[in-house]
Amino acid sequence: MEHKPISEIEDEIVNEFSFFDNWEDKYEYIIELGKALTKLDDAYKTDANKVAGCVSQVWLHTAFKDGRLEFEADSDAIITKGLVGLLVKVLSGQKPEDVVAAKLEFIDKIGMKEHLSPTRSNGLVNMIKHMKRSANSYMSSN
Amino acid sequence: MFDVEKIRNDFPILASKVNGKNLVYFDNAATTQKPRRVIDALVKYYSEQNSNVHRGVHFLSDKATTLYENSRKTIAEFINAGKPEELIFVRGTTEAINLVAYSYGMENINSGDEIMVSTLEHHSNIVPWQILCQKKNAVLKVIPINDDGELDMDAFKKLLNSKTKIVSVNHISNSLGTVNPAAEIIKLSHDAGAVVFIDGAQSVQHLKVDVRELDADFYAFSGHKMYGPTGIGILYGKEKLLDSMRPYQSGGDMIKNVSFELTTYNELPYKFEAGTPDISGAIVLSEAVRYINSIGLDNISRHEHELLEYGTAKLREIEGFRLYGNAKNKASVISFLLEGIHPYDTGTILDKMGIAVRTGLHCTEPLMKRFGIPGTVRASIAMYNTKSELDSLFEGVKKAKRMLT
Repeated sequence: MEHKPISEIEDEIVNEFSFFDNWEDKYEYIIELGKALTKLDDAYKTDANKVAGCVSQVWLHTAFKDGRLEFEADSDAIITKGLVGLLVKVLSGQKPEDVVAAKLEFIDKIGMKEHLSPTRSNGLVNMIKHMKRSANSYMSSN
Repeated sequence: MFDVEKIRNDFPILASKVNGKNLVYFDNAATTQKPRRVIDALVKYYSEQNSNVHRGVHFLSDKATTLYENSRKTIAEFINAGKPEELIFVRGTTEAINLVAYSYGMENINSGDEIMVSTLEHHSNIVPWQILCQKKNAVLKVIPINDDGELDMDAFKKLLNSKTKIVSVNHISNSLGTVNPAAEIIKLSHDAGAVVFIDGAQSVQHLKVDVRELDADFYAFSGHKMYGPTGIGILYGKEKLLDSMRPYQSGGDMIKNVSFELTTYNELPYKFEAGTPDISGAIVLSEAVRYINSIGLDNISRHEHELLEYGTAKLREIEGFRLYGNAKNKASVISFLLEGIHPYDTGTILDKMGIAVRTGLHCTEPLMKRFGIPGTVRASIAMYNTKSELDSLFEGVKKAKRMLT
């Protein structure tokens, strides 16, 4: 399987968003992404996989295969699910060290920076922390 | 004459733009916006009146002290307390509940006693009592509600007994807007020998409160939810009760004499106001009261009720709209969900349209559990809201539904 680098996927997303000229289109894209995200198996909806600090419930499951991380995520709120879906799109299939190092500047570029504020209740910041922490644990275990 | 446009002009923040749209502010149960005269009074205090209270012999200290004590008088009249000394300046309703739970509660609650709250309570009217119960080996009892979000008064009567020592309920529910029959609750509790604490955080800004007519033992409210500053609130307590209670915090101003052997406490209300209080907040709170009085609580209630009915009827037209809180006696809150849609999603889309609502549990997790829901979207109304803003909310909710389904 071919693995695109993080920066390339980020660029693709930024490019897609550049066609949207209003917030409705951006949010509809995110909502669609949320709907399209593969449903996380209930067995993975554990407390350990739950992202802390979100108003809606968010779960992130991490698997490690052939030196690469695979993320799966779910949320009971669709916009949150779309946002976590964006992260999955960028970070799943990457090497742990690349996930840990990822700056994820695309979030700002697509105009979703407001969701990065630590005071926002959807906790995009916490999702990123959760994913990086997972990545870090696979780095140190190797 | 109640002129909502004139009132709106008194609130500078209402002219703001959010996400390029006119701000529509429906998060008033969380905190209300402030009229210019309240903001001006705050600036005036720090520009012309700032000094510590009850201490200095100098001109400014005397001025600040007089304003501080006059404010207590104005607020005492606002709730028709018997004496200004029955009002303690606190940080807000939460501190007031903690004060009574720790001071009155620690002295008067014994093993096996019962404290009663209701399913409708805010966490701040649950947790302090829960801690007290744990410390004293007492039992926390809960008044249930019906599906409309009204207290089950028959169940309440059955729960009341000679072991019930404190009943603490809100006057108006922050999550559902239910107006509870405070007078009846107080009468029944007194007959059973219990003292009653009324959490008035959501009531003093919406309806005329008369603590003596209610015969409330304790009544508390927060300044910032009644067009005043944050960080200041009131605990009203009957003089006899407050007199019998020990100080909650200790330090300067709350003492009469201090020696290393023995300290004697100051009289009411200073016994409960240790340290330098929020002087500016206390003074400016009376400006908020004067503002409310100038509009008239009767007029405010009438206007808000009209909006509540208008908004509820309008939103009900939307298919899949589910209202939580259907009490016969209800004030200022429209709490709802859209079928199959998480409240957080609805709130996010409304925010993009410049409409501020609260989403989530509203600090009432047990209540949300009672309804089996992950929270609600709550639009809460203040005197400055308009029908056209409710139309915007209606359009916003429809749009959210369209986008999220």
